[in-house]
Amino acid sequence: MEYLIGIQGQDFVLVAADNVAASSIIQMKHDYDKMFKLSEKILLLCVGEAGDTVQFAEYIQKNVQLYKMRNGYELSPAAAANFTRKNLADYLRSRTPYHVNLLLAGYDDTDGPGLYYMDHLSSLAKAPFAAHGYGKRFILNLPSFTVRLIDKEGIHDLEKLTLGAK
Amino acid sequence: MRTMMCSRLDEEQSGHRTHPHLLLSTIFFFFSPDGHLFQVEYAQEAVKKGSTAVGIRGKDIVVLGVEKKSVAKLQEERTVRKICALDEHVCMAFAGLTADARIVINRARVECQSHRLTVEDPVTVEYITRYIATLKQRYTQSNGRRPFGISALIVGFDYDGTPRLYQTDPSGTYHAWKANAIGRSAKTVREFLEKNYTEEAIAGDNEAIKLAIKALLEVVQSGGKNIELAVIRRNQPLKILESKEIETLVTEIEKEKEEEAEKKKQKKST
Repeated sequence: MEYLIGIQGQDFVLVAADNVAASSIIQMKHDYDKMFKLSEKILLLCVGEAGDTVQFAEYIQKNVQLYKMRNGYELSPAAAANFTRKNLADYLRSRTPYHVNLLLAGYDDTDGPGLYYMDHLSSLAKAPFAAHGYGKRFILNLPSFTVRLIDKEGIHDLEKLTLGAK
Repeated sequence: MRTMMCSRLDEEQSGHRTHPHLLLSTIFFFFSPDGHLFQVEYAQEAVKKGSTAVGIRGKDIVVLGVEKKSVAKLQEERTVRKICALDEHVCMAFAGLTADARIVINRARVECQSHRLTVEDPVTVEYITRYIATLKQRYTQSNGRRPFGISALIVGFDYDGTPRLYQTDPSGTYHAWKANAIGRSAKTVREFLEKNYTEEAIAGDNEAIKLAIKALLEVVQSGGKNIELAVIRRNQPLKILESKEIETLVTEIEKEKEEEAEKKKQKKST
C-alpha cells in the first residue's frame, strides 16, 4: 500500500512519500522516488496504478516546463494544480482514464505555500494537510520515506525517514 | 493556364525578373527552368531585410547578439524579442519575419519537451536544429504554403559539454559554424568575424562577448543601446545581458580601440 502525506506550514510545505514499488506481495524496489519536480517550487507526488503514475506525472511535468519556456515565467502552484485536475478530468470519461492519486505541493511568491489534494476521480481540494493511503495500519511495511520541504528558496531534501534497522 | 505559365517562364529565362506576384510559377511550387525555387529565394530576401543577428561559439560560452530596432515613442520596449530560449540549454536568434519566427520557436519548444518526455534526455543542439530545418523544408515542398521567412542562429551546449552554433535558412539547410551572422549587413559582419575570430579572441568568456559586440558595432548605428546580447555558459541557463553591462563593455571596447590607434600612431612616428 502506498502512502503520501503533505502538511502546509506558515511559510513552507512539508511532504513525504514512501519508497516502495511493489507488485502484489513482492517489493520490487525500496528506493523508489514518487515525487516529480514540476518546477523550481512545485512538487507533484503521485501514487496509483503502475505505469499510469509515471506517464501522467511526466506528461504534466513536461507541460509545466513548456509553459515556462513559452512565457518566460513558471506556472503558479494553483495554476499547475488546476491544469493537472483538468487533464485528469478530461481523461476520466475516455476509454483510457488515469488511475492516480496526487498531492501537489508548491510555494507561490505572492500567495505563499499551498497544498492541493487530487484523486483519481479528478477532485481538487486545497487543504492545510492531506494524505493518500492507509498509512496508519500499513506503515510497518513501508521501510523508508523520502521527505522534502518547499519554501521560498525552493525544494529542499530532508533526511530520509527509516523505520527499524538501517 | 499552362500556356500562360509557359510564356511567363520565357520571361524569366531572358533574365528579367518581372514583378514577383505576377509570376504564377512562384505561387505554386515548381522549379524554374534554371533550377531555382523562387519562393525560397524570395524568402531569403525577406531574411536580408531583417535586423542583424550574430552568433559566436566560444570555449565555455556561446553568445548571441542582435540589433535592436528602435521602437516608436509610445511603444513599450520589451526587453527580449529576438533572442528566445528553446530549452534550458538551447536558445536561438532569428532574422526575418517575426511572426514566422514565433511559430517556429513554438514548435521547437514543444519538440524540446517532447524529446525529454520520450527519451528522458535534453535535446542536442544539432537535433533541434535538424528539427527546425526539417520543418522549414516541409514548407518548401507543399502546395499552397509559403516558406518561413526566417534564418535562425541556434546556440547551446550538448549534455557532454560541447558548445554548438548552427544556422538554418528558409530552404531548410543547416550548418554548424564557429561564428556567423544573419540579416541585414550579414556579409559585412561575417567578413569582420572571418578576420577577427581567432583563438585568442575567444580565449575567455568576456573576450567572446566583446567579439560579438564588436561585430555588431560594425553595422549598428547608434552603438550600445541598440544591441541586445544573450549568453549561455556551460551548465547555466540563458542569461540576457542588461543594457548597463553592454554599455560597460562598449566603453571598454572603445577604450581598447583608442589605445590601438595610439599605439599605431606612435609606431608611425618612430
